[in-house]
Amino acid sequence: MFGKLTLDAFPNDVIVIVASLLMVVVASLVIGLLFYFKKWKWLWNEWITTVDHKKIGIMYILLSTVMFIRGFTDAMLMRTQQAVSVGESYGFLPPDHYDQIFTAHGVIMIFFVAMPLMFGLINFVLPLQIGARDAAFPFLNSLSFWLTFFAAMLVNASLAIGDFAATGWLAYPPLSGIQFSPGVGVDYYIWALQIGGVGTLLSAINFFVTVLMMRAPGMTLMRMPVFTWTSFCSMILVIVSFPILTATLFMLSLDRYFGMHFFTMDGGGNPMMYINLIWAWGHPEVYILMLPAFGIFSEIVSTFAKKRLFGYTTMIYATIAITVLSFLVWVHHFFTMGSGASVNAFFGIMTMIIAIPTGVKIFNWLFTMYRGRITFASPMLWMIGFIATFTFGGMTGVLLSLPAVDFQLHNSLFLVAHFHNTIIGGVLFGYFAGVAYWFPKIFGFSLNEKLGKLAFWHWILGFFVAFTPLYILGLLGMTRRLQHIEGGNGWQTLLIISLCGAVIIGIGIVIQLVQIVVSFLQRKKNLDTTGDPWDGRNLEWSTSSPPPHYNFAHIPTVYGRQAFWDMKYGNEYQNLHHHFEDITMPKNTPAGFFIAGLSFVLGFSLVWHIWWLVVISFLAILFVVIMRSFEEDTEYIIPKETIALHEASRHHYLKAL
Amino acid sequence: MKENFKENMIQKKEGEIEKGGSKSIFGVWIYLMSDCLLFASLFATFVILRHATNGGPSGAEIFDLHFVFAETVLLLASSFTLGIATLYAHHEGSKKKALRFIAITFILGLAFLFMETYEFMKLIGEGHGPDKSAFLSAFFTLLGVHGLHVLFGLVWMAVLYIQIAKRGLQHALIDRLSALSLFWHFIDIIWIFIFTIVYLMAFV
Repeated sequence: MFGKLTLDAFPNDVIVIVASLLMVVVASLVIGLLFYFKKWKWLWNEWITTVDHKKIGIMYILLSTVMFIRGFTDAMLMRTQQAVSVGESYGFLPPDHYDQIFTAHGVIMIFFVAMPLMFGLINFVLPLQIGARDAAFPFLNSLSFWLTFFAAMLVNASLAIGDFAATGWLAYPPLSGIQFSPGVGVDYYIWALQIGGVGTLLSAINFFVTVLMMRAPGMTLMRMPVFTWTSFCSMILVIVSFPILTATLFMLSLDRYFGMHFFTMDGGGNPMMYINLIWAWGHPEVYILMLPAFGIFSEIVSTFAKKRLFGYTTMIYATIAITVLSFLVWVHHFFTMGSGASVNAFFGIMTMIIAIPTGVKIFNWLFTMYRGRITFASPMLWMIGFIATFTFGGMTGVLLSLPAVDFQLHNSLFLVAHFHNTIIGGVLFGYFAGVAYWFPKIFGFSLNEKLGKLAFWHWILGFFVAFTPLYILGLLGMTRRLQHIEGGNGWQTLLIISLCGAVIIGIGIVIQLVQIVVSFLQRKKNLDTTGDPWDGRNLEWSTSSPPPHYNFAHIPTVYGRQAFWDMKYGNEYQNLHHHFEDITMPKNTPAGFFIAGLSFVLGFSLVWHIWWLVVISFLAILFVVIMRSFEEDTEYIIPKETIALHEASRHHYLKAL
Repeated sequence: MKENFKENMIQKKEGEIEKGGSKSIFGVWIYLMSDCLLFASLFATFVILRHATNGGPSGAEIFDLHFVFAETVLLLASSFTLGIATLYAHHEGSKKKALRFIAITFILGLAFLFMETYEFMKLIGEGHGPDKSAFLSAFFTLLGVHGLHVLFGLVWMAVLYIQIAKRGLQHALIDRLSALSLFWHFIDIIWIFIFTIVYLMAFV
């Protein structure tokens, strides 16, 4: 009846029980509050069924925040375990549990923290930047979000019911095959990533079409804001690389479910095939996360240096170069495979070449700052911290690109330090900067600057304290993912220093959370009535904060690269209109929520081999999709009177400008 | 040229001629390109594993080219008939003729799917199932995924048939027909690659 699901699947380990109980308590608290304040209807109408790109963006960011707390908890557990599990002592995490934690940490941080944060910002900002009223396919957008959400919930479910993969975040076979991982952990991994992957792919197609077909009149490609450009390139990478992930995980699941022989050790299978395929997706994935962050920094640096961005054109070409090159470097993740000197040399050189366009970007940012009037607001601090940290991480990456060096450092903590250096120093700092920068636009009040700066200093200090020791440990020969190390080799001191760094980062995170609460309480004081708190340059700042549901009462016409700057400081303020027209907007629909929820059921029943439920949930998904295709009445009209009323207050402000 | 295109887009937006229509067709194009990469991964895997027969049969021993040729003819013919249905819908606005050719396409697609299922069943019956060797795993998966696309296309076709029959050739439905026909031609092209790389190359 319930396949492999029995009572044994429920937790018996103290840590897991506490964590599961905590999840249950938080969930029931949320549900209780919703009942208490009678907010169900509000939640359903305003959020769950919404197709508004701005609300979907906010939900993405919220999902990312929640998952970030879980991912960071995993990180703390790992750092603590490694600091204490030395010599006689074996720490508090048994090997199998420890393996699950480092797997979950990687999977959650990449798929359910960084990706949702990226899509959150793209969702909110990109349509505003190109002067559109929504994404190209609003319903698809809602579906994408809910697929990502329920995929994350599938990972969370694995905490309480059964276990998670203990294979590392890319689940290399043969370890992830049925022979060596007979449990349900890898299946949770596979189906969470498949469901989330579909959501990501749909989102990418959506924004690709949005950028190419929904730009305001006059906004040619070379007039697009840099964030739009880099997000666009990132979406291209998603479209090209995520199918590879889908195919690869699909073949792995066929190995596991039907005894096929793609990646098995017997039957003619070839595990290295998996490793090639997964990195053919995995390396572009790194740039999928990185490129939009580059865009955010470009926006921020020109805003806070009060200068036009230096080298716009080279910035765009560098982005395109990275987009192309990111597909030509995947073998550098496994130089030790033994593909021979010429193959390794090719991929080594390609890897070094990718540092060139990245260097172009760094210099462009530096030259933008040169002789600018820099305001050291918190987004700018993240930006400057990024330049230092990311350049350092990039250089250790170039070291690793030498196959001979890589043979020594492969799978060592040096590698771990390197990719955290680029992902924290690049991606995470970038998105933090983006959140701080666009927060007033999203919510209508700005974040508390004092706490923001304090959080930044904790993060950057904590980062270097936590990861510099790992570089040294890697050079000393410590490999990654060790649950226990032997005493007497002097590594423990460095591991304890690293733990201290993690604690400092933890304090930084607490400050960030406090910052949000405090800023909310002080929102009256920090209200952004102008819609343009930083003296910005692109169209997103031309609307009110938060923007009205329809974004723009009149679709603006663009005459240059800095559309809003030209409006503000050009001859006439062309946004002053007295005449309004009706606006057609897409209607809310629960179909996306239903399809994604049913996908969760489908994934769960596939994990536990509950075949009757697999069939039912699959047919139900098909049914909802077909019903949706029969809906004709998917749009509604906002009458011009409503718009006139809404714009009146804004009008006053603009007139005074 | 580019400016013209842009101009057209703006006019379309203002005139509300094709609300969202061209967007969705473009979206389908992009989806197909990404689907192409999915197949590329499966093809690459097949090419790597096609000699890993693990003591089981090789392609040349189990493939019947006459049978496969018949499958190919069915699928190519179905692409042709769907093309005709699209032309009728676009240029003549003839609901009856469009529906008739959609129905013919459906039958051809279904026949193809039956033949493919028959081939699978036969192979499994002879003990050459997908768990026999890496080659057979790759073979069944590549063809199976293609077959699932055909099945999905058939479901889509059936739904669209009902919608056109009920509502007539509305603009949105003509767009959907164009999207479906793009999808259908795409899986046809994939089949041509399968025919070449999987079947013909087995005898080289």
